[in-house]
Amino acid sequence: MEYEPVIGLEVHAQLLTQSKMFCACSADYAGAPPNTHLCPTCLGMPGALPVINQRAVEFTILTARAFNCEIPEFAKFDRKNYHYPDLMKGYQISQFDLPLSRNGFILIDDAGTIKKIGIRRVHLEEDTAKLFHDGNASRVDVNRSGVPLMEIVSEPEMHSVEEARLYSLKLRQILRYLGVCSGDMEKGAMRFEANISLRARGTTELSATRVEIKNLNSLRAMVHATEFEIARQTKILNAGGTVEQETMGWDEARNSTFTQRSKEEAHDYRYFPEPDLPRLEVSRAWVAEIEARLPELPDAKYDRLMRELGLSSYDAGVITAERDVAEYYDRAVDAGKARGVEAKTIANWVSGELFRLMKERNVEIGAVKIAPAQIPDLIALVNAGTISNNIAKNVFEEMFATGDDAKKIVQAKGLGQISNRAALVAIIEKIIADNPTQVAGYRAGKTALAQWFVGQVMKATRGQANPALVNELVADKLKSL
Amino acid sequence: MSLTRVQVLHIAELAKLKLNDAEVDRMTQQLSAILDHAARLQELNTDAIPPTASVVPLHNVMRDDVIAPSFTRAEALANAPDQDERGEFFRVRAILKGGQ
Repeated sequence: MEYEPVIGLEVHAQLLTQSKMFCACSADYAGAPPNTHLCPTCLGMPGALPVINQRAVEFTILTARAFNCEIPEFAKFDRKNYHYPDLMKGYQISQFDLPLSRNGFILIDDAGTIKKIGIRRVHLEEDTAKLFHDGNASRVDVNRSGVPLMEIVSEPEMHSVEEARLYSLKLRQILRYLGVCSGDMEKGAMRFEANISLRARGTTELSATRVEIKNLNSLRAMVHATEFEIARQTKILNAGGTVEQETMGWDEARNSTFTQRSKEEAHDYRYFPEPDLPRLEVSRAWVAEIEARLPELPDAKYDRLMRELGLSSYDAGVITAERDVAEYYDRAVDAGKARGVEAKTIANWVSGELFRLMKERNVEIGAVKIAPAQIPDLIALVNAGTISNNIAKNVFEEMFATGDDAKKIVQAKGLGQISNRAALVAIIEKIIADNPTQVAGYRAGKTALAQWFVGQVMKATRGQANPALVNELVADKLKSL
Repeated sequence: MSLTRVQVLHIAELAKLKLNDAEVDRMTQQLSAILDHAARLQELNTDAIPPTASVVPLHNVMRDDVIAPSFTRAEALANAPDQDERGEFFRVRAILKGGQ
């Protein structure tokens, strides 16, 4: 029988707040020396009281609206109880039955097919401490304890590893657009849990048993674990067996899943309302105020670049991948309007030369020295015939290195294109006189030698001759021989 | 409403408590009595009362996202039962990776 995977993802995203979720300790734990961002609240000391970080709540509502979620008028926090050394209080403050948002969706583009993936809920909780296992003891760094963590729960609506990957990338892109999460997976800013079951292709029932894989600390781990688990379940079903409901871990080194918890010892978190935190009343006015901060989102930007500016799907895709790049491009296009420079030409420079140099020299868009308006200035010089496209690339490199204006570089280096007919004709005549062999060849019928003459002219002018004009003049001269 | 021994043992496990047989018997009785008492509340007619998760007459108590000074590491580790040799980390007995 042929099987179809049914995949649901829970994505944990650390929020880019200054302070922790329920106390005023710094949330920037990544580079901090161990155990230096601690207070009675995040250490779980008796009598310490949590207080909700308003920005974390607003980031969650903002994100939920970007995911088209409903925002209920009431929300509350709950205690999720379990014992583990990464959990200081013996419970995690999370949200159980009244989360900040529910019922949203995002769109993914799977090789040209647009698919809607439901988002069941986005809620807010706190991160746990970090454990380092060394032999017969484990070290605990509590800095991460209490860092705001947003949990984004999808519907089980993905049916291939590729869909799960695209969904994760889309989430990451939107989170980065919103500026609520760095999306830095190497630093654990985005972590995954996957629910996987199989069903006969063509059926629509959900399987009664599903396997949950926890601790997927990167997109790569999620992809590998999901691939592995689909293969494992397929093998069991093909052999006539049944898949047990269980919770598994992922062993990156061995590239395989392992049983963490079987059905008999399933979660018993004994959720109950957090008595230390009063409920949240989310007024419509507050939601509207937060919504007003939504930037133009990637899908809208992509559509606009294609529809209004005529960009190719490729260019629109790469330019809107990151918000900072998209905004850089928008500013260049705005500046280009006054100079009659086309948006498409600017897109070519951005997705071509600019990206190439950024990659080659490891420069982020924020550190690029070329101001957006300097790009149409350079293109205008090409359009006016002052420099050739090839020279423009050299000028662009110089701009990238120094941040100088194109005009200034062209003048300082004497790069202005030679469009002076008389000067070019003199050069061509000299080359013809100096190269009788090639001239004879040309006259004998090797007309392709015309390009060789053009090349000699470009060489003689150090590439500054106007190529179209050189072509024309060389052709004329050779024909008249 | 009576709890079974199995349920009591499960609760003990969740609370990381080791109970001997006599204690299991005693807890079964005591916890059952507490539940019976709470069950009486269920008999009240609450049709006209809106559900609530909290009896505190407060809502939207939040703080601005501002950092305030924290404990020094020495202060934070002062009462730890164990710490590593360099005095940087809390130390606990080995945990199986991924186990819970």
